[in-house]
Amino acid sequence: MASTPRTPHPREKRIIFKNIDRPDWTNDIDCYLQDGGYEELKKAIGMPPQEIVNEVKASGLRGRGGAGFPCGVKWGFIKPGGPKPVYLICNADESEPGTFKDRYIIHQDPHQLIEGMIISCFAVNARLAYIYIRGEFPEGAKILERALAEAREHGFLGKNILGSGFDCEIYVFRGAGAYICGEETGLIESMEGKRPYPRIKPPYFPAVLGLYLCPTIVNNVETLCNVKYIVRIGGAEYAKIGKPNNTGTRVLCVSGDVQRPGYYEFEVGGLTMGELIYDICGGLKPGRTLKAVIPGGSSAKVLSAKDRYKVKTKQSDGTMVENEIGLEDVPLDFDTLAAVGSMAGSGGVIVMDDTREMVWALNNINEFYAHESCGQCTPCREGSLWMKKITERMLHGGGVEKDADTLKSVADNIAGRTICAFGEACAWPTQSFVAKFRDEFTATAGTKGNGNGSTNH
Amino acid sequence: MSAPTELLNVQIDGVWHKFPKGTRVIEACSEAGKFVPHYCYHPKLSSPGNCRMCLIEMGMPKLGPDRKPEMGADGKPVINWIPRPQISCAQDIAEGMGIRTDSPMVKECRHGVMEFLLINHPLDCPICDQAGECHLQEYSVEYGTAGSRFLEEKVKKPKRVELGPRVTLDDERCILCSRCIRFMKEVAHDDVLGFVSRGSHTYLTAHPGKLLDSNYSLNTVDICPVGALTSSDFRFKMRVWFLKETKSICTSCGTGCNTLIGTRQNQIFRQTPRENNAVNSAWMCDYGRLNFHYVNYPDRLKTPQIREGQGLVDTTWNSALVKAGEALKQFQKSEVAVIASARMTNEELWLAKKLIDSIGAAYHDVVPRTGKADDILMSSDRNPNTLGAQLIGVTGEHPGSRLREIADKIRSGAIKAVVALGENLTELGLTVDELRRLAALIVVDILPNETTRSATVLLPSSAFSEKRGSMINIKGRLQRLNRATQPPGTARDDWEIIRDLIQQLTGSNGIYLIEDVFKQITDSIPDMNALSHSRITDKGVQLVEETEEAPATV
Repeated sequence: MASTPRTPHPREKRIIFKNIDRPDWTNDIDCYLQDGGYEELKKAIGMPPQEIVNEVKASGLRGRGGAGFPCGVKWGFIKPGGPKPVYLICNADESEPGTFKDRYIIHQDPHQLIEGMIISCFAVNARLAYIYIRGEFPEGAKILERALAEAREHGFLGKNILGSGFDCEIYVFRGAGAYICGEETGLIESMEGKRPYPRIKPPYFPAVLGLYLCPTIVNNVETLCNVKYIVRIGGAEYAKIGKPNNTGTRVLCVSGDVQRPGYYEFEVGGLTMGELIYDICGGLKPGRTLKAVIPGGSSAKVLSAKDRYKVKTKQSDGTMVENEIGLEDVPLDFDTLAAVGSMAGSGGVIVMDDTREMVWALNNINEFYAHESCGQCTPCREGSLWMKKITERMLHGGGVEKDADTLKSVADNIAGRTICAFGEACAWPTQSFVAKFRDEFTATAGTKGNGNGSTNH
Repeated sequence: MSAPTELLNVQIDGVWHKFPKGTRVIEACSEAGKFVPHYCYHPKLSSPGNCRMCLIEMGMPKLGPDRKPEMGADGKPVINWIPRPQISCAQDIAEGMGIRTDSPMVKECRHGVMEFLLINHPLDCPICDQAGECHLQEYSVEYGTAGSRFLEEKVKKPKRVELGPRVTLDDERCILCSRCIRFMKEVAHDDVLGFVSRGSHTYLTAHPGKLLDSNYSLNTVDICPVGALTSSDFRFKMRVWFLKETKSICTSCGTGCNTLIGTRQNQIFRQTPRENNAVNSAWMCDYGRLNFHYVNYPDRLKTPQIREGQGLVDTTWNSALVKAGEALKQFQKSEVAVIASARMTNEELWLAKKLIDSIGAAYHDVVPRTGKADDILMSSDRNPNTLGAQLIGVTGEHPGSRLREIADKIRSGAIKAVVALGENLTELGLTVDELRRLAALIVVDILPNETTRSATVLLPSSAFSEKRGSMINIKGRLQRLNRATQPPGTARDDWEIIRDLIQQLTGSNGIYLIEDVFKQITDSIPDMNALSHSRITDKGVQLVEETEEAPATV
């Protein structure tokens, strides 16, 4: 495991990760309470639930799991006063390669999540909530169980919370180890004891037909932690952090060819890719140059350091100006990363220097998605393995001239045609790697690659 | 009558149509003559939307600033097309919806899905039972390409898996559409099938320690769009394109599931269910489906025989019928019984009743057959035409209620002559010795048994697949049997045999067409007035109000 910065970088703005790696910090409730814990719950429980929803709407908080969907809008899909119970599920399946933020919250600051969840339950009138934690996090599950017991003992969970008349219970649900369980409807199926086959939408939108076919909100760990902060400072104040439509902070998980990989929390769009790599992460290894970055977890489209990107920026007079910038100048916010053809995704920034062989890198990703495709629908099931077989063959010297075209066309036949977003997740890497590094994908035809992922410069 | 269903306007490939609210998009397309290929979708099962073959382009009315649909020059809504293709199997139509089933995007989608389905599919059509009725083959021709871009090795999976006593699975051929899983769960209520492993390595299997041994297991073979599930009974017996398919009904219980009898060269190779929502939906039970092999048995009765001493000797139809007629004339009315069968057609039963009347036989009844009903299709009445036998008067309100008396009178010698129409009298508790003591035992049947061996006159007749006629199921539905095969040897159609027996007794002019027999029935029975064989149609006619013992709707 790469070394982790024990002290935050001065440019960081730590809200969600405020307590992570604090030398004076423990993950028990006493420490949390001494630090002012559960004060926001007390505040929230005195507010009308709809007002909390309105604050979250006003905050502009976007989901931190990958899709970046506005949290308040999602909550707004729950119609108050319905006949069925409402469930809240915390998606702690954190399984996108390159992403390692939620586990730190769970391990080091579980009460922050629990408080955020109780507030969220109160806001959407959910009396029962689950933390769906990936099976590979046994320690995290234990910590959460203990933290939930502590919260129960202190009257933050259970019947008549803080004398408010509001009942709420949270349970830990451990997954069994599949990437697709992070897809919200797959997660729900898994909780219902079935194979985690994502559901078709329509009709199975979780807010309408979710867990046990009841209205259900599924939010990421980091998202739910933000709710607590929004209650503290108010939606309008929160919206001032970051940029319009890209509010709040974002925990970025940097991995790959940088000197100091790890997690960092910044205002959304508060720095550029170059600043992240060179100023925060200590730059590349000596003598290396930047080749590519995957900015939002392994399913996000790769961005090449050679390319120029057109981005529109708002001038002080309100007019929009289009600039052409390099990868290192791309600000790290939702909208800009989408505008340059990728996505902020789950916050996993994977940096690749000039020693990286792109066929190898893509094959590594393809192996993962071929292994994780649930197999429910045809394009993803067959296409993900096919793409992996092609890149694997290329790596072992069996490349043929048509491979780049075949790869692209297979990926094109998956994206947009599947039940869930896994189709895009497995197609985007291939589409983008082949488009941006086509030379490398045609060069392997008829040659014997060394298969170790390095070009041995 | 319920209120008329609201009609919605839907544009399909540029043409506006109206369909009732609640119509599935894929069904609307089909009704508009725009067939949408599909694998996982089955109208009788839930829609998982997993095969992605039915992707179409869809749009909804473009809304103006007033939130009302913008109208085009044709006075119809302007459609806002969704950039992503949509599945047509899981969505109902909506007002103003636009659908494109033949746009470049749709063609590309189908092409892509076909390629994906074929890359790991073994190209073993020459030895695959499904060949000729395989959707993968059919759509490959329509939407696929001749060549393959796949240079890799195919995924290996289990082959020749005996999923249960009647179904064999080839996992490599399976396209994972989950129809069989859903059928077993939703219709057969025996959730034994599932997928294991994941991605392209996913394969179908029965749950650990379980077998696909439901009495409805073979329906999974019918709905399997490819050659993954095959009937262990039928596989490798006959290429399906050689089969002649005859519409008929199953005669193994009172439900009367509609069937197709698949034959070649006068031999039955399989039976499959034929859709009839008033009877069997699209299913039938394994018991009924496989209950045809006896028709092909080599020991079928082929020649009329008469008793000579201890044995039976072959004779001509004429001499056998004359002998039967002469024998029956010798007895008092109280000395003759006619045991008919509720497995006979209405036409046969009608003539049997005439025979009873001609003899003036004091005793007549049918042999009831009951078993445990399931809550799916199988009826507790294992005779297919009990209602017909009652309506025509061969038996009364309680079929079989006179059998004990008849058996006793045979034992005591009070009854001296019996006509057995397709029933084995040992089922009445009579012994072979008791049967041998009868002065006359006229037996009409298809296979040898204690009764046929005890006959004084034995008249070989036809099995259910060898004759035309009608029956009434336990829900009071009049349905037709059609002839799929010819009886063996000189065996004859039952109705003709009984007609000839009547002629021997009365000397009256015969009837030459089964339609005329049916006309006699309809003229006499008010419930059936004005019906004719052709009016029954392939799906039957509801005659009497449904009885309580109707099977659960499936």
